[in-house]
Amino acid sequence: MARAARAPRTSRATGDVLVRAVNITKAFHGNEVLKGIDLTVHGGEVVCLLGPSGSGKTTFLRCINLLESIDGGRIWVDGELMGYREDEKGQLHTLGDKQIAAQRREIGMVFQRFNLFPHKTALENVIEAPTQVKGISKSKAKERAVELLASVGLADKPAAYPGALSGGQQQRVAIARALAMDPKLMLFDEPTSALDPELVGEVLRVMRQLADTGMTMIVVTHEMEFAREVADHVVFMDAGVVCEEGPPDEVLGNPKNERTRSFLRRMHNAEERDAATADDVPDTGLEGVGLPPA
Amino acid sequence: MSTKTDVVRAAGQDRPGVIHARPVSHPWRWVALAVIAVLVAMMISSFVTNERWNFPVALQIMIQQPVLDGLVKGTIVGTIGAMVIGVVGGILLAVMRLSSNPVLRRVASVYTWFFRGIPRIVLLGMIGIGIPFLYDGLDFGVPFGQQFGHALGLSTDFTFFHLSLTQFSSTLLAGILGLGLSEAAYMAEIARAGIISVDKGQAEAAQALGMGNGKTMRRIVLPQAMRVIVPPTGNETIAMVKDTSLLIAIPVITELYYQVRIIGTRTLEIMASYVAVVAWYLIVCSVLMVGQFYLERYFGRGFGETKRAAKKAQQERAARPAGMGGA
Repeated sequence: MARAARAPRTSRATGDVLVRAVNITKAFHGNEVLKGIDLTVHGGEVVCLLGPSGSGKTTFLRCINLLESIDGGRIWVDGELMGYREDEKGQLHTLGDKQIAAQRREIGMVFQRFNLFPHKTALENVIEAPTQVKGISKSKAKERAVELLASVGLADKPAAYPGALSGGQQQRVAIARALAMDPKLMLFDEPTSALDPELVGEVLRVMRQLADTGMTMIVVTHEMEFAREVADHVVFMDAGVVCEEGPPDEVLGNPKNERTRSFLRRMHNAEERDAATADDVPDTGLEGVGLPPA
Repeated sequence: MSTKTDVVRAAGQDRPGVIHARPVSHPWRWVALAVIAVLVAMMISSFVTNERWNFPVALQIMIQQPVLDGLVKGTIVGTIGAMVIGVVGGILLAVMRLSSNPVLRRVASVYTWFFRGIPRIVLLGMIGIGIPFLYDGLDFGVPFGQQFGHALGLSTDFTFFHLSLTQFSSTLLAGILGLGLSEAAYMAEIARAGIISVDKGQAEAAQALGMGNGKTMRRIVLPQAMRVIVPPTGNETIAMVKDTSLLIAIPVITELYYQVRIIGTRTLEIMASYVAVVAWYLIVCSVLMVGQFYLERYFGRGFGETKRAAKKAQQERAARPAGMGGA
């Protein structure tokens, strides 16, 4: 897919560091999935984490909002150490459930499989956390929820249960739900991998709009086009390490690392094969593909 | 008339018309229906012609004051009380069993092991007879307060409240407690099945939104678990209605079966008294089944089509002119 070089876009980064992860390590049952990851994200920046299945990008993303614990390293979000308190002597103390919940409030997360609450309507999904966690009044939360649903193009669906929505619609409700907490940072864990190909575009469009509002976003994705066009910074991970990172034009257009190159070649081939077999579900051998349509 | 292979087309339309095919014939259904009809007719004829059934007397027994008392106090209050203790206790035990705290986990499984292993009639008998024999009363105060007080030579024994167990154990309350404690052991497993049936992503989504463990469980996980918990709980409730007849082991005598049986033995209308008690149990269980239907519909919201919605959708499809609908 030859692409004309575009004019370099000015980065959205405002300069302040919002997320800093240093030397993150994590093992599942002795199997080391993160082998010392470093990442710095500035306010307003959109960072895409790319890489093959099992490279650790999803695990790393989940570590940021403490859905996974880390074995080593430190993560700061907006200057606050995540998951631990450090005393004067440098001794770490694990935070309690309440403090962890408080830290998570500042971070929105969108999951691969949407994880909407199926027993609540779209509107109830969006107002759940503001009313239950922040203690905002129901009427105020509803007002804001209606606005948010409209902003993701679902003004007509507040009363629909998730089961009555398409995958793309569910994912957009999930984005609205996360935004309802006014997070400083949004994490996206392969937000389009469980979607039918024709529904991917509507979700990416909403994410693009969100990026343009100046939201800081970390996105794990296989959507190369999205990374190329929207990301300010691209991180390529493989086997638990960062192989290469930098502006998308550099990493994706002129990769220096051999693993990045072979991955991009495979993605490129898969995309071409998809184009050739128009109606087939793409079988790229990548995680998330081949799920039943929602 | 068109041949079978013809595709019938509605005039002026290029879509195939609605299929008018003959259904598969089911001759054995008709045979079965005939056999059952004969059997039912024989049964009804027996009811009507055999005077020894004695339905009028049965009806009279049903509405005797002691029987009604037994029905309301023993059976209905007993069932409700025991099930409230059972469901609340069961959910609590299930949450303990699934918690990360190893002490709570162990306590829950020991509880389940103990109460599931004892027949209810034995448990009730033991509560009714054993507890007043072993303990005169329950003193509410500082644990080991009497021993402390004695050792320190104090006049107080740190007791704030005294409950006489000789009175307590013969009441309905003791029976309800016994049945409820036993039920909690079974409900714990049902609730645990319900909780683990909820996708892990649900709790993760709630936690990612900053909800604490308690709120996540109460607002997100349990309401979804209820969909799985309600049907077997309905089963348990209906079983409990019948198990209230075990209250006699305490002994509690304001109980449906016992009261009817007394009347039956006294009047020698034994069969009629059985008919009366069967009728009452069936009535109570029927009411419960209606309640279960509404509960299931409430907790099933957001999951698939309800029967009513499915019917409505079907009517809409039928109302559309043939060949117009895209479904």
